[in-house]
Amino acid sequence: MNNANWLTYLGLLPLLGALLVSVLPEKNTLLIKRAAFATTLVVAVAAIVMATHFQRDNVNLQFVSSHSWIPSLGINYAVGVDGIALVLILLSVLLAPIVVLAGWNEAVGGRWSVKTFYILMLVLETMMIGVFAATDVFLFYVFFEAMLIPVYFLIGGYGSGARNAAAVKFLIYSLFGGLLMLASIIALYVLSGEQGGHTFDITALSHLHMSSMTENLLFLGFFIAFAIKAPVWPFHTWLPDAAESATPGTSVLLLGVLDKVGTFGMIRYCLTLFPHATKTFTPIILVLAVISIIYGAFLAIGQTDFKRLIAFTSISHFGFITMGIFAMTSQGQSGATLYMFNHGFSTAALFLVAGWMSSRRGSSKIADFGGLQRVTPVMAWVFFFAGMSSLALPGLSSFVSEFLVLVGTYTRYPVAAVIGAFGIVLAALYILIPVQRALHGPVTEGNEHLTDLNLREKVAIAPVIAVILLLGFYPSPLLRVINPASAHSIAQVGFTDPLASIDKAGK
Amino acid sequence: MNTFIAPALSYSLLSPILIVLGGAVLGVMVEAFLSRSVRPPVQLSIALGTLVLSLAQVWRIRHTSSLTAAMGSVAVDGPAILMQGAILIMAILSVFLIADQGHFTNLAAALPGSSEERDALRSGEKITEVYPLTLFAVAGMLLFPISTDLITLFVALEVLSLPLYLMAGLSRHRRLLSQEAALKYFLLGAFSSAFFLFGAAFLYGYSGTVSLAGIHDSVEASPGNIVFLLVGLAFLSVGLLFKVGAVPFHAWTPDVYQGAPTPVTAFMAAATKVAAFGAMLRIFYTAFANAYWDWRPMMSVIAIITMLFGSVVAIAQRDIKRMLAYSSIAHAGFLLTGVIALNKAGLDATIFYLFAYGIATIGAFGIVTLVRDSSGEVTDLNRWAGLGKRSPFIATVFATLLLAFAGIPLTSGFIGKFSIFSAAYESGNKAVVVVGVLSSAIAAYFYIRVIVLMFFTDPVEDGTSVVIPSMLTRATVIISFAITIFLGVFPTPLLNFIASTATFIR
Repeated sequence: MNNANWLTYLGLLPLLGALLVSVLPEKNTLLIKRAAFATTLVVAVAAIVMATHFQRDNVNLQFVSSHSWIPSLGINYAVGVDGIALVLILLSVLLAPIVVLAGWNEAVGGRWSVKTFYILMLVLETMMIGVFAATDVFLFYVFFEAMLIPVYFLIGGYGSGARNAAAVKFLIYSLFGGLLMLASIIALYVLSGEQGGHTFDITALSHLHMSSMTENLLFLGFFIAFAIKAPVWPFHTWLPDAAESATPGTSVLLLGVLDKVGTFGMIRYCLTLFPHATKTFTPIILVLAVISIIYGAFLAIGQTDFKRLIAFTSISHFGFITMGIFAMTSQGQSGATLYMFNHGFSTAALFLVAGWMSSRRGSSKIADFGGLQRVTPVMAWVFFFAGMSSLALPGLSSFVSEFLVLVGTYTRYPVAAVIGAFGIVLAALYILIPVQRALHGPVTEGNEHLTDLNLREKVAIAPVIAVILLLGFYPSPLLRVINPASAHSIAQVGFTDPLASIDKAGK
Repeated sequence: MNTFIAPALSYSLLSPILIVLGGAVLGVMVEAFLSRSVRPPVQLSIALGTLVLSLAQVWRIRHTSSLTAAMGSVAVDGPAILMQGAILIMAILSVFLIADQGHFTNLAAALPGSSEERDALRSGEKITEVYPLTLFAVAGMLLFPISTDLITLFVALEVLSLPLYLMAGLSRHRRLLSQEAALKYFLLGAFSSAFFLFGAAFLYGYSGTVSLAGIHDSVEASPGNIVFLLVGLAFLSVGLLFKVGAVPFHAWTPDVYQGAPTPVTAFMAAATKVAAFGAMLRIFYTAFANAYWDWRPMMSVIAIITMLFGSVVAIAQRDIKRMLAYSSIAHAGFLLTGVIALNKAGLDATIFYLFAYGIATIGAFGIVTLVRDSSGEVTDLNRWAGLGKRSPFIATVFATLLLAFAGIPLTSGFIGKFSIFSAAYESGNKAVVVVGVLSSAIAAYFYIRVIVLMFFTDPVEDGTSVVIPSMLTRATVIISFAITIFLGVFPTPLLNFIASTATFIR
């Protein structure tokens, strides 16, 4: 098949870009930035071209490629995507050029050179593609862990404030979760060895027989790792610190893409590998998800710092995503996946504008802003728009996904859906309060001479706004890719949609 | 009267040991007959030449297996070859570090601070006894993992230990600390040897033989007094666990690692571990395999407390050498999980882990020798702050080695950890795996703390700098870095080689 190596080449492209950047002269930062931007742009275009070759109705993994890596341990380099993974890869590679362009100067003032910054960024992009594309559990784990290293250096080296502590907290939390997952992976490896040969192939592993006790424990190993990554309450405490300290661009990738590895992992690994344990734990996880929604929203209302505010709104949104995944309906699952994509873009918009605001003002405290509407109208409108997208205003993309998640959850778990719906009300509060304080009212002291967005920034944010609008009115291009995969994954767990679903009712 | 029967020795199979011993004796001759000024290069070439020759010999006999190489006292088989090869490679890398004479005192016998010591310092003449001592120790290490009877094991243990006691006391700087380390190591080592011998006596009492095969047969037939077996097994294990630095026999490790000259520490930490674990594997896999129900629970407990203790205490260390010492204790615990797995996967994994860990350890200590101020090595962790700025390359290499210790993917340490834990899991020992994974998480914390210190803390201007004394030291660091990465990405050749060769013969 001629498209077998698509994913490999796609993953290698940013790495080649990193190599290119590493040989460029350190002094010529403009050239370095252009090279990095060009690389991410090429990757994005290549990914879109790849996506056009994706067969929507085929629920099998596509663009599959597999090579033996460490045969003595049964480890393969195996990649392939279904609709869900494809959407997340698209999200990663589309956000990358936006982040590079929007944060054109954010590497300045870091501990190390601009060059190192972009090398780390590009290496991270490779790993983001790899982690979503891997179909070998071991390979997935390698990307999952190795990805931490560039992020760690991006936060600790180029962030602000208590960046060291934030970077270490991030790394320790993630490593801890990763090691729990490693214990489960080891168990899978041994079990597969006992049942017909060592393998890490996700499809083969999903047919393993294990006692329900074993399955529950292994499920927990994976789930806790993903819950830390996502993050789901009560494993969330690293996120606000990391988001506050990282550069806006890093935060976008962290919240927009890396955290999705957690929710993606829940779908791809928890549900597929441990269907029975999933059923056992679903009620508990739904409780955690609902707590995340409400808790994240309440804490977001109380924040005084834009970056922390966005971090807490994300915790709330990840609660929705987790709820959608474990609602065990195809709408819930599709909604969750679409939510992952949309959340990536709306968080990107929020974080990028918040980053521009704070770099202009020299502070990210909400109280330091006031009356931006008059001084910097474009920036203020963009922030307003991003906020509306975050609170899921109808007509914007997040609305579709939030609605799907709630509908999908309601058909099976009405109580969870009803409590979760309060998150929407709270969202209005946590977005509108800062909007009112920072954008409206009289221009407060220190804000009189802020400059509005320049052309580069406008160019960077325009596609984000376009995607949010487009998918708000017309989400079906993505949904058509996601739906078959979601239905397939629900069927694998052994659930069927309840009859009272919207689809059936409409027919 | 009985006629004397000359022992039949297979010289070619014993040649790796004999070559090293010959080199050591030659080194002693050089000390006696050559003038001081020409000794360093001559000794270095003898040491390296011998080790390389011996390694070549090991490679030549790699497919051989024999129980009769020395009248049944040694076994030449897959694990033996792998251990010997690993020890020799690590010895060569260590000798590269030892070649930097700045680490060694000019007159080890002088009292610290005495006029003799000052005179010796002023004369500036280098002492070179360390080379023959190293070779003697290597010879003992080569014999230790291949011995198949308790007497040979004991002799090998002493041959490898005695030179190490001396070498620990040779440090040029902080003489008192170094002498204290040597004394402590000697006293505790002597105790543990006594335990070992005591255990051997009990086992003889139990089975009427000192050969491992004989003990195996006795265990299988289980005639004699089981108490003798248990006591003997316990004391023998104490001797072995002391050498690998497992809790609660670890107390010497931090002091000796800190006090000994850093190249010697590197050599000890890497090669001694291979030798001791090699012997342990052979003893437990061949002699006591059928008595596993008697020793496995106890060893599991020791593995668990060793992993936890090493990882937790390492967090509190402020000295890089002590931190690496506690980290080596934790790794001894990880390695024990491979020993107690008692299956083929455990054997393979332990050997791979030993190799990966040993190489990374030598590299790490090699880097410790590079960070200096005017009075020698700087081991205070606070003064490593900002190393990433001063010397990005060295800091990156060190960070990579630390990540390998922590078991991050794409380094050799990860493959090692994965295979050793999966072997332990396969043997049904799930508690050990869970504790192992948790202590890996704890251990990751202090490795990362050093990385934070090197990269995220601003340098203090106190004269600390990175000095690269010679090409040899540089080579050690780069080789261990390269091997660590290579084994992390392409472990297949080594894994396959180990899997196909590592089978004990009895």
